Amino acid sequence: MAEIKLDNLIKAYGKVEVLHHIEGDIHDGEFIVIVGPSGCGKSTLLRMVAGLETITSGTISIGGKVVNKLEPADRDIAMVFQNYALYPHMTVYENMAYGLKIRKIPKDEIKRRVEEAADILEIREYLDRRPRQLSGGQRQRVAMGRAIVREPSVFLFDEPLSNLDAKLRVQMRLEIRKLQKRLGVTSIYVTHDQVEAMTLGDRLMVLNGGYVEQFGTPIELYQKPASLFVAGFIGSPSMNFMDADISNGVATLANGAKLKLSSKFNGPATLGIRPEHLVADDKGAIKVTVDMLEQLGANTLVHGILDGTQTSFVVSLDGIQVAETGSNQTFYAEKDSFHLFDKETGKRIVE
Amino acid sequence: MLKRVHFPSSPLPYLLVAPQIIITLVFFMWPASQALYQSLLVEDAFGLSTEFVWFENFTYLASDSHYLDAFWRTAIFSFLVAFMSMSVALILAGFADRVIKGATVYRTLLIWPYAVAPVLAGALWVFMFNPTLGIFPYLLDMIGVNWNHYLNGTQAMGLVIAAAAWKQVAYNFLFYLAAMQSIPRGVIEAAAIDGAGPVKRFTTIIIPLVSPTTFFLLVINLVYAFFETFGIIHVVTQGGPAASTTILVYKVFNDGFVGLDLGGSAAQSVVLMVIVIVMTMVQFKYVEKKVEY
Repeated sequence: MAEIKLDNLIKAYGKVEVLHHIEGDIHDGEFIVIVGPSGCGKSTLLRMVAGLETITSGTISIGGKVVNKLEPADRDIAMVFQNYALYPHMTVYENMAYGLKIRKIPKDEIKRRVEEAADILEIREYLDRRPRQLSGGQRQRVAMGRAIVREPSVFLFDEPLSNLDAKLRVQMRLEIRKLQKRLGVTSIYVTHDQVEAMTLGDRLMVLNGGYVEQFGTPIELYQKPASLFVAGFIGSPSMNFMDADISNGVATLANGAKLKLSSKFNGPATLGIRPEHLVADDKGAIKVTVDMLEQLGANTLVHGILDGTQTSFVVSLDGIQVAETGSNQTFYAEKDSFHLFDKETGKRIVE
Repeated sequence: MLKRVHFPSSPLPYLLVAPQIIITLVFFMWPASQALYQSLLVEDAFGLSTEFVWFENFTYLASDSHYLDAFWRTAIFSFLVAFMSMSVALILAGFADRVIKGATVYRTLLIWPYAVAPVLAGALWVFMFNPTLGIFPYLLDMIGVNWNHYLNGTQAMGLVIAAAAWKQVAYNFLFYLAAMQSIPRGVIEAAAIDGAGPVKRFTTIIIPLVSPTTFFLLVINLVYAFFETFGIIHVVTQGGPAASTTILVYKVFNDGFVGLDLGGSAAQSVVLMVIVIVMTMVQFKYVEKKVEY
């Protein structure tokens, strides 16, 4: 059991800085998801916690102990890799027992722990097989088993589900979540999949270009995105943005349409609205020229262009809806559901 | 216009494979058949009379204690050359795999010995170990070892083994390094997180994972030790002292071209030919089949 503290972490390769001043406190037993687009530095950050990458400056502490100079083996962590990284020449049992054998744990204790983990993960009948005789999902379970038997104080997951097919991914996602709750071990999970991030994490750390954009609960990220990047990244389909001039609680769009806001901010800003917060309304101020419909059954996505501008616009309507391509539709949104962002910095405008 | 879609009687395919077939016939089939024929003959030392004796040369070999001694000597020599060159190469590759700075320079330097001709490699070792001029006998003398491989058969054997193994290290190193670099990084990292230090990782993860390469190199090195070490032995010891470094391939040369027993020499080379054919078959049979993991 351990809390993790990231303090002013910097990672640079030569002169190129890839992670800038990362800060974060992770509580004991918490499930943290680091999410961001490829190349944002999320795997690097995880590997720094694991001890597989050196730390350029700043400190990482696990359970109150600074681990900067410790070997991976001495950090009391276990890691699940994207490509599973099982030992191909060992059986499933040997794979799971390897770390315990090295730590000179008695044979019967190893057997007990491996069998217990195998029961949890339902891989007991595969213990004598070698990794190449297993399917992707089974290998994933073995990789998790190898982490569990060690009984570490921190689990690290590096995109563990990205090699699985869509259905299995959803199933394994739930299992990982249940397992983590049951074991109560502090976990850091890296993914580029925002749905995975939203469903798994107690809190999410959104990384972009080596900066932490926001660190908060999934609901906070959804309701109060701290920047344009987070607003666009979290939620699917992603938020619509439009330029607006705001004065006295009224936003004027580029096409002259006027929208009522609850904000007291005055001046130019980027206005954001989620597709699911719009409703079809004949008297609505948001006028969209329809390009295409996506029928998903439970809801319908209307893709179009904001009338009189070049801004593309998506609306999510309940149920099955029909609209002619090229026709104009008008929509309405509650004044509380708009988000305001600074035009220059992209940061959320907070009153 | 095209009247035919293919040319069944074209000589082109035969022309294209002709060079390969001619080379095989001239440089392999013909000498091999000559050796086979010669091994059934007994010729006097001046080449004036020749007698066809069927398998007499072979039956003589089977009862010749010198030849049987050479057989065992070759087995020991080959095993030690293969073992030494492979284990040194494995360890060097293990280090090179971990080197980050200057890796290319280090690797290039380690590969150089392979470019040295066997005779020159032998000459280098002769100079270093010359009992009166060499640096090593001088150093060995300080710790009380009297080095003279011209008189001491065991020392002579040790010297040719060392020279032959040294020459082959570079080759083995290349293969081991390539094998190690194709091991996924994640597996090594997983072992590091599991608590295995560098030595433990090397013995429990890396060595088992390069075992297909080890098997391949074992056959290659045995073939090398059997045949290609001729140059080194010829320069360093000429098979001496008192035949203590005469391995099979050297005995073929010695009996044939020095002793002028052409029939007996040909019979020996036929035996060697059979050995190399068997080794190659073993290699093809097992290397094709992936090692179990």
